[in-house]
Amino acid sequence: MNILYDERIDGELKSFEKSDIIADLQQSVPSLTLLHREEDLHPFECDGLAAYRVLPMLVALPETLDQVQTLLKRCHALGVPVVTRGAGTGLSGGALPLERGVLLVMSRFKKILAIDPDARVARLQPGVRNLAISEAAAPYGLYYAPDPSSQIACSIGGNVAENAGGVHCLKYGLTVHNVMRVDIITIEGERMTLGSEALDAPGFDLLALMNGSEGMLGVVTEITVKLLPKPETAKVLMASFDDVEKAGRAVGDIIAAGIIPGGLEMMDKLAIQAAEDFVKAGYPVEAEAILLCELDGVEADVDDDCQTVRKVLEEAGATNIQLARDEAERARFWAGRKNAFPAVGRMSPDYYCMDGTIPRRELPRVLKGIAALSQESGLPVANVFHAGDGNMHPLILFDANREGELALAEEVGGKILELCVAAGGSITGEHGVGREKINQMCSQFQADEISLFHALKAAFDPDGLLNPGKNIPTLARCAEFGAMHVHNNELPHPELPRF
Amino acid sequence: MTETATLNADQDIADALCAQVGRAYAERTPLRIVGANTRGFYGLPVDGEPLEMAGHTGIVSYDPIELVVTVRAGTRISDLEDRLAENHQMLAFEPPRFGPASTIGGAVATGLSGPRRPWAGAVRDFVLGTRVINQEGKLLRFGGEVMKNVAGYDMSRLMVGAQGTLGVLTDISFKVLPQPAASHSLKLSLPLDAALNKLAELGRKPLPITAAAWHAGELFLRLEGGKSSVNATRERLGGEEISADLWRELRDLEHAFFTQNNDKALWRLSLPPNTPALPLDIAERDIFYDWAGSQRFIKTSLDADTLRKACQQAGGHATCYTPAALGGAQAPFTPLNPVVEKYHRQLKAQLDGHGIFNPGRLYAAF
Ligand SMILES: Cc1cc2nc3c(=O)[nH]c(=O)nc-3n(C[C@H](O)[C@H](O)[C@H](O)COP(=O)(O)OP(=O)(O)OC[C@H]3O[C@@H](n4cnc5c(N)ncnc54)[C@H](O)[C@@H]3O)c2cc1C
Repeated sequence: MNILYDERIDGELKSFEKSDIIADLQQSVPSLTLLHREEDLHPFECDGLAAYRVLPMLVALPETLDQVQTLLKRCHALGVPVVTRGAGTGLSGGALPLERGVLLVMSRFKKILAIDPDARVARLQPGVRNLAISEAAAPYGLYYAPDPSSQIACSIGGNVAENAGGVHCLKYGLTVHNVMRVDIITIEGERMTLGSEALDAPGFDLLALMNGSEGMLGVVTEITVKLLPKPETAKVLMASFDDVEKAGRAVGDIIAAGIIPGGLEMMDKLAIQAAEDFVKAGYPVEAEAILLCELDGVEADVDDDCQTVRKVLEEAGATNIQLARDEAERARFWAGRKNAFPAVGRMSPDYYCMDGTIPRRELPRVLKGIAALSQESGLPVANVFHAGDGNMHPLILFDANREGELALAEEVGGKILELCVAAGGSITGEHGVGREKINQMCSQFQADEISLFHALKAAFDPDGLLNPGKNIPTLARCAEFGAMHVHNNELPHPELPRF
Repeated sequence: MTETATLNADQDIADALCAQVGRAYAERTPLRIVGANTRGFYGLPVDGEPLEMAGHTGIVSYDPIELVVTVRAGTRISDLEDRLAENHQMLAFEPPRFGPASTIGGAVATGLSGPRRPWAGAVRDFVLGTRVINQEGKLLRFGGEVMKNVAGYDMSRLMVGAQGTLGVLTDISFKVLPQPAASHSLKLSLPLDAALNKLAELGRKPLPITAAAWHAGELFLRLEGGKSSVNATRERLGGEEISADLWRELRDLEHAFFTQNNDKALWRLSLPPNTPALPLDIAERDIFYDWAGSQRFIKTSLDADTLRKACQQAGGHATCYTPAALGGAQAPFTPLNPVVEKYHRQLKAQLDGHGIFNPGRLYAAF
C-alpha cells in the first residue's frame, strides 16, 4: 500500500514552514535535543517494519518531562502532528514518522524509579527495556510476566502503547493485565495519572483504554507494573508431529484436560528448520510441526501436569515427546522459538510478519488456507504461533529487490488477515494496526464502529495531532480501499467529505 | 414452574432495545438501564425511563475448549456459572451476586470482582468482547471471541465499570478458566499487624493462595490449585479448616459483618497492597479486610472528606455503599482530579451527546 500520509483520504494537515517550527521549538524548549539535518534523521525513518520508511521533519529527544510537556503544548498550539516512538521495534509502522511531523523519541527515559518487593510493583520510566524490569526484580525472586520476543530491545512505553504480549500470556495475561498505573501527558500538555497502585481507581477505566492505543491518545511518561513471584519450577515438553493439523488439535486437547500451560507454542516445518539452523535448539528437523508446552508453578503440581500433558500428546498422535532435562535444555528449546523471526530472516532477503488471531478450533482450516495462498503466490510461508491463545505469526518470505514481490507479499498478508477475520478472529493480536493494517481495519469493523473509535479519539485529541494516519482509518479511506460492508448499495455516511 | 422457564429462557431482544435507545436519542429522554436492580445501591439514583435488560437472556455460544463464553447481558449470573460448572469451568473473577436474580450485565457494568481478584484479575481482565448499543440505537461489536485482539481501541474494557453511562451492553464474551483441582480454606488467629506482615511475606512466594481476608483477630486464607501444592501449603500453614462459604458471604456482602449492626454507613476502601491500618478512628470490629488488605470494608459515621483524604494519602480511594437517602455520602464515588474529570466529560459528550445513558449515575455532573 502507499505508506505515505495521504491528505486526500487520511485527512488534511496544517501547512507550515519547517524553519518556523524549528525556531519556535528551540526558543520555547531551549534545552531540548532537536535533530533536523537529513543525515541525523535517517536512523529514525522506520520502526521494526523496515519496508515502510519516511523521514520525519524533526526528531525530539527529551530527557525531562518538562521538556515533553512544553513540546506538546507548542505542537498543539502550532498544529504540528506528533508521532511518539519508544525503542522502534514495533512491527506495524506505529512509530512511522510523518514528513510534516515531529517524532518524539522517549528512549532516553530509561530509569527504573522504584521496585517495591512487598507491594510487588515496579515504577518505570517509559524507555526502560522490557527485559530490564525482570532483571531488576530478580534479586527479590520476582519478575514481570509479559515477555515479547523483542524483550531485550522493546520499551515498556511501547509495550503499553501496543498492549504487547509474549509466549506466556495465555496464563499470565497481556500488558493490559499487568499494568497498574500510567502517567500520561496529553496533546494539550496536561499531566494525568490513570489507574492506581490500589487494584482499581474511580471513574472510567481509562487505564485499560490507554493500553493498545498506539500513541493516539496521549504520551505515556511513567508506568507502574505488577511483579509476580517467580514460579518454583518450569518444565518444557517438546512434541513432534508428522502433521500440522494433529498438532493444532493437540493444543485444544491440552486445554480440554483442564490445564493452562505457562506457554504453548507451535512452529511448522519451515520455521523449525530455520530456527535449528540458526540456534541449534535441538529441534527435530524432519517433523512437520512441533509444540512447545511449558508448565510452571509448584514442583509437585508441575510434575502431575507433565504426566497429564504427556498422555494427551501421545493420544493426539505425537511422534516424539521430549522433556527438557535441565535448565540449559529448557533455555535452548525456548531460544529456538524466541529467535524464530531472525532465523527466518536468514533464509530469505526479506520477510513479512503477520499477526492474526483466530479461535483455536479454526487452526487447521486457516493453516490450509495459508498453505494454499503460499502455493498460489509462490512465496514460502513459515508459521510460528502462540498456539495456546490462537495468535498466529505467518512469516511470508520474499525478496524486495525483485520487481513486485513486496506488493505480492502484502497482498498475501492481507488475504491471510481476511481469512482470520472470516474465521471469527482479528487482524492483530499483539503487533497493532499502526500504518500497516489500516486498510484491513475496514474489513474487521463496520462504519458505525469506526465512527465510534473516531469519537473516542476526539475526546482526547480533537485536532487529531497525535499519530495521525494510524490505527483507525477514516471512512473515506475505507470507502476507497477497504472491503467495507455496504448495505443496499449505500455508502455509510454519505454526508462525509471524500476529501 | 415459570421460574425454571425464565431461568432457561433464551431470548434475544436486542432489536427492541436498540429501538428504544433510538427513540430516547431522538426525543432526548434519559434512560435508566436496569438488569435485576440488585445493584441499585451502587451509585447515584438515575431518573429516567427504564431500559429493561432482564429479558435479554441466554448463552449465545460456549466452547469449553476455546475457554470462551458469550452471554446476553440479562442472563442471571447463577445460570451462567451453573452452565460453566457443568464443564468444570468458572468466571475466575467471582462476580458478586446481590440477590438470586443478579444479571451478568450488571456485574460487568458495575465492574465489581470477588475475593480472587488480586490473584486472578478483575472483571475487565476477562472481558474479551462486547456488543454495545450506541447513542443512536445501533448495535456495535467490539473485541470478539479470541484471547488476543488489539485492533482498534479497547471499547469493551472501557465499558466495564462505566455503569452504562457510555452505552448499553447487550452481549459479553468472557475468557473462562478451569476450576481448580483442589481447594482448602483455613483460618489462623493473628492480630492485624502480624496478619498483614504474614500476607506480605506469603505474597512474595509462589503459593497457591486465591483469597485472603482478615477480621476480628482472624486471618482467613483459601488455597486453590493442584492437589499436591494445595496439600503441601496446607501442611505448611497449619491453622483450622473452615467452610468455603465464607468467600461467598464476603463476595455477596452476606456475612454477618454486613448484615448485623449496620447503623453506620458501609464503605469500600481500595488501597495499595501493604497499606498499614489507616490513622482513622474506626473500631477493629467495624473493619473487614479482603484482597490481602487491598480492599477494606468499613462501617463508620466519619464524613466522606476525612475518609477520602486518608485513602488518598495512602494512594487509594473510598466508595460509599450506603445510599445518601439512607445516611450515606452524597457522592458515592471519589471525586476525580480536574484533568481526569475533563477527559471523562469529553468522553461522555462524544459517546452520549444528549445524556441519555444513565445520566448522573457515577458523578452527578455527567
Ligand atoms: C523480532 C521481534 C519480535 C517481536 N515479538 C513480539 C512479541 O512476541 N509480542 C509482541 O507483542 N510484540 C512483539 N514485537 C513487536 C514490538 O516489539 C512490540 O510492539 C513493542 O511493544 C514495541 O515497543 P517499542 O518500544 O519498540 O515501541 P515503538 O515501536 O517505538 O512504538 C510502537 C507504538 O507505540 C507508540 N509509543 C511508543 N512509546 C510510547 C509512549 N511512551 N507513549 C505513547 N505511545 C508510545 C508509538 O507511537 C507506536 O505507535 C516484536 C518485534 C520484533 C522486531
